[in-house]
Amino acid sequence: MLGLGAAGVVAGSPVAHGIADALDSLSAGTESGLAGLVPGGDYFQLYTVTNGFPAPPPNYRLQVTGLVRRPLSLSVADLEAMAPTALVKPFQCVTGWRVPNVHWEGVRLADILDSAGVAEGGKALLFRSFDGVYTESLTLAQARLPDVIVAYRMLGGPISRAHGGPVRLYVAPMYGYKSLKWLSEISVVERVYPGYWEQRGYAVNAWVGRSNDDVGTPIS
Amino acid sequence: MRSTLGWGGATTTSARPFPSSREHGDRLVRFDGVERAAHWATAALFLTLVVTGAALYVPPLVALVGRRALIVRVHVDAGLALPVPLLLSVAGPWGKALRADLRRLNRWSNDDRRWLSLALRRLPRSHLRVGKFNAGQKLNAAFSLGVMGVMLMTGSIMRWFYFWPLSWRSGATFVHDLVAYIFVAAVAAHIYMALTHPGALRSIFAGWVSRAWAERHAKAWLEELETAARQDEARPAR
Repeated sequence: MLGLGAAGVVAGSPVAHGIADALDSLSAGTESGLAGLVPGGDYFQLYTVTNGFPAPPPNYRLQVTGLVRRPLSLSVADLEAMAPTALVKPFQCVTGWRVPNVHWEGVRLADILDSAGVAEGGKALLFRSFDGVYTESLTLAQARLPDVIVAYRMLGGPISRAHGGPVRLYVAPMYGYKSLKWLSEISVVERVYPGYWEQRGYAVNAWVGRSNDDVGTPIS
Repeated sequence: MRSTLGWGGATTTSARPFPSSREHGDRLVRFDGVERAAHWATAALFLTLVVTGAALYVPPLVALVGRRALIVRVHVDAGLALPVPLLLSVAGPWGKALRADLRRLNRWSNDDRRWLSLALRRLPRSHLRVGKFNAGQKLNAAFSLGVMGVMLMTGSIMRWFYFWPLSWRSGATFVHDLVAYIFVAAVAAHIYMALTHPGALRSIFAGWVSRAWAERHAKAWLEELETAARQDEARPAR
């Protein structure tokens, strides 16, 4: 029994992908709520660290604050007016589950930083969620990677409340916990302030890779 | 020496060779206090694991409950504690009855094999000599222990994921989710069997079964008890 379990751990990943493919052909790509409960399917598991999925504030604005030359207050329409970037990339959770080929759309974080203008002494970013609890961090260099975006669309539509809408972060080269949901504020700060899970032992530099530490190679 | 498989009331272990009073005479101790405590502590932990596991996994419940860090902590702690009641119960001199039952559960007679093949075909099997536990109960015990080991292993990989390659984490998640479904179904079947067999069900609450129950469901065990009681009687009193 234990042997079977161990075999499942080592070989379970391809089996899980096989099940995902089978489910895909069954449900013809539609997002069925029940299919998400089948072990091994390519479906998002929806995480929240507060009591439920927070409702967006009535007049949503993304604040860009801290060590910037021009603090910004951006509506979803403001973001949509900026140069769009579309990515089709996986969402990889650090605990193992993975959703391949997710469609993302938004603005490069680098573009937002450029329009705000990073002031002297700005070294890192602190992200806040309007759930009031969750935070994340990136260095400026990480934030300027081309596949790090402030997303306002995913999975072919506006970002749903469960997925962190109206606006969330998507950090393609890093584990899912970096892709903060319900984004409300980006602060330019003088050093890295570890985020919610990072204060609970997760790696601050969350490159998707073999060992999940500073020297891991980003894959995408 | 006193008979540990003693006759008598639910809690007394006094060696009473044959029923001397109507009130207690019919009662055979099936599970002692340690075994019942181990069963219910394990059941409470299992229930905690199912509830918290669902709150981490089923989207509407995730939305309702949230508080992921707290729920993960309760789930992991309950999971690590799951084998503790059983281990504590077999560890000392108080675990004699449980150890004897584990040996029984681990031993398969030819009648057990026949019982299982007849049960699978839904054929009558009252002519077979079944001991304290039938083949279904033996399978359930072995399967439950195996599941406990697998869930502990895969859950540990999910909790302390940094030490394992990403594909192992995916495999562990897959196995953990799949086995959770299978085991919840197995426990549902266990509860169904208990509810439809009140004589057996009472023994996990009160500890005893009736002599009539033993004659019907555990003939070989009853003979074993009677033999032990006769030997006990033949010995000089101390």
